[in-house]
Amino acid sequence: MTENYSAILYLVSSVCFIMALRGLSSPDTSRQGNFYGIAGIVIAIGTTLALPSVLSYEVIIAGIVIGGAIGTFIARKIEMTALPQLVAAFHSLVGLAACFVAAAAFYRPEAYGIGQFLAIYPASLVEMTLGLAIGAVTFTGSIIAFGKLQGLITGAPLVFKGQHALNAVLGILLVALIAWTVSDQTQLGFWLILILSLVIGVLIIVPIGGADMPVVISMLNSYSGWAACGIGFTLGNSLLIVTGALVGSSGAILSYIMCKGMNRSFFSVILGGFGGETDGAAAQTQGDKSIKSGSAEDAAFIMENASSVIIVPGYGMAVAQAQHALREMCDILKARGVTVRYAIHPVAGRMPGHMNVLLAEANVPYEQVLELEEINRDFNQTDVAFVIGANDVTNPAAKTDPNSPIYGMPILDVENAQTVLFVKRSMASGYAGVDNELFFRDNTMMLFADAKKMCEEIVQALN
Amino acid sequence: MSSEQLLDRARELAEEAERLASESVRLAQEAARSVTSSAPPETTGVDPFIFGLTVLVLACFVGYYVVWRVTPALHSPLMSVTNAISSVIIVGALIAAGPAETNFSQIMGFCAVVLASVNIFGGFIVTQRMLSMFKKKR
Repeated sequence: MTENYSAILYLVSSVCFIMALRGLSSPDTSRQGNFYGIAGIVIAIGTTLALPSVLSYEVIIAGIVIGGAIGTFIARKIEMTALPQLVAAFHSLVGLAACFVAAAAFYRPEAYGIGQFLAIYPASLVEMTLGLAIGAVTFTGSIIAFGKLQGLITGAPLVFKGQHALNAVLGILLVALIAWTVSDQTQLGFWLILILSLVIGVLIIVPIGGADMPVVISMLNSYSGWAACGIGFTLGNSLLIVTGALVGSSGAILSYIMCKGMNRSFFSVILGGFGGETDGAAAQTQGDKSIKSGSAEDAAFIMENASSVIIVPGYGMAVAQAQHALREMCDILKARGVTVRYAIHPVAGRMPGHMNVLLAEANVPYEQVLELEEINRDFNQTDVAFVIGANDVTNPAAKTDPNSPIYGMPILDVENAQTVLFVKRSMASGYAGVDNELFFRDNTMMLFADAKKMCEEIVQALN
Repeated sequence: MSSEQLLDRARELAEEAERLASESVRLAQEAARSVTSSAPPETTGVDPFIFGLTVLVLACFVGYYVVWRVTPALHSPLMSVTNAISSVIIVGALIAAGPAETNFSQIMGFCAVVLASVNIFGGFIVTQRMLSMFKKKR
């Protein structure tokens, strides 16, 4: 196959990837979009295998079969609640693969037409080392994010004195190493870049707390794209550049949306130190205020007699795996003529769109699941807001208290509903470590229980 | 100097001039040939880096407009599908693993093929699982 033919097929593959993302603009076209994506990758692999320099088919097919079997097994077994961890783990693989490809290209540049061993064209070597550095940062960063999401390491931000200074020094050192490697064509420099980037990957993720994980995952998503882009420049392959840019910009936009959902600048998230896991740290100011707590029967009675209910799910629902019990509860309410809708805050859960997937898994029709802007005005005319596993995203302090750490964050105005029902395990404050004054309002009733158990009890009471 | 001598001299000079002229034409042709054949491709066309940069910038614009149109409900599938397609890096891995002889680069390529395959299969299957949940109900 001539180079022109393969270039055209790579172009077809790039278009398929664009169509794959395009399909996600609506749930109806999204499955078709996924098939475009699969077609794109099949064309890309097929075209590459047909290149005259690719000869060892046994080895390659063995590699694809091994990897494919592992990937298929994991993807079929994974629980939807564990999705954020899975995505983080997959990002780390892309990062590591980028490192391997960079190393292969460094030791056999002839295969890619970018010079001879230790005499690589400087421009190609800059691109290669950048791809290597981004890949390595993605790899270790994603592993730390995976550990935090899986609960293997504490979600609390790890901050120490001189952290930012250390990161800045390491960053400058990395640039110097790249310059040295390019000018002297040294193997030592190449490996030092790898090691240093692996260390930087760990250091930039450890200070970021559990609540900021949606931003971190989106950011690593973006990095994995830029790593592919760097390798694409090295190989002079426009398919890799296009795909890397698509993934990179997608991750960047998601990071932006998540930051906006928390009213935080991207920079402040990266610097970290915000939002440790504060479970169990009871609110200090509850002494002089009284709360109303109720039972499942009370909640069932209130919701049964309401005409409209809005459910506000949060990460607590995912942890308790309460989505199926919740949907059962809502089905009964709907059967009794209650209008039930769901309100999703942009940063609910641990990754963008996490709640939507969990509700879809529980067979909630997606037309009833609404975004913050779509539903926020309707809380005024709503009888009951049922908050399950969410906290900070409903805290009115974000609108009223300029001293609050979450001030300015867009919130769901659940306090405008006639009655607010809060399903919570305890009086602990949310991930931001802020008291929620809603708990102490007259129209709020606290339902202290595990989210799943509470839903099941309400179902029983309704029957 | 007689007129004959002068004539001979003039003829000699004319021949010499003619010889020099043809010599210079030959040299010019040779120079032209050597310029076109020996010049590195980088200097005749656009630098491949600029070409790559053009593709990158245009692709970023496409990505920007396409991704903003993705409905927020599908942001999780967006992440998993972008994760799957970023394993297109397998193209580089296949070229590295391609040669018949086994060496360090080929082993690196093989490892990258395995990792990227985990991602391709895992990413697309998990996306498909998610999207099949977003079917219209009732």
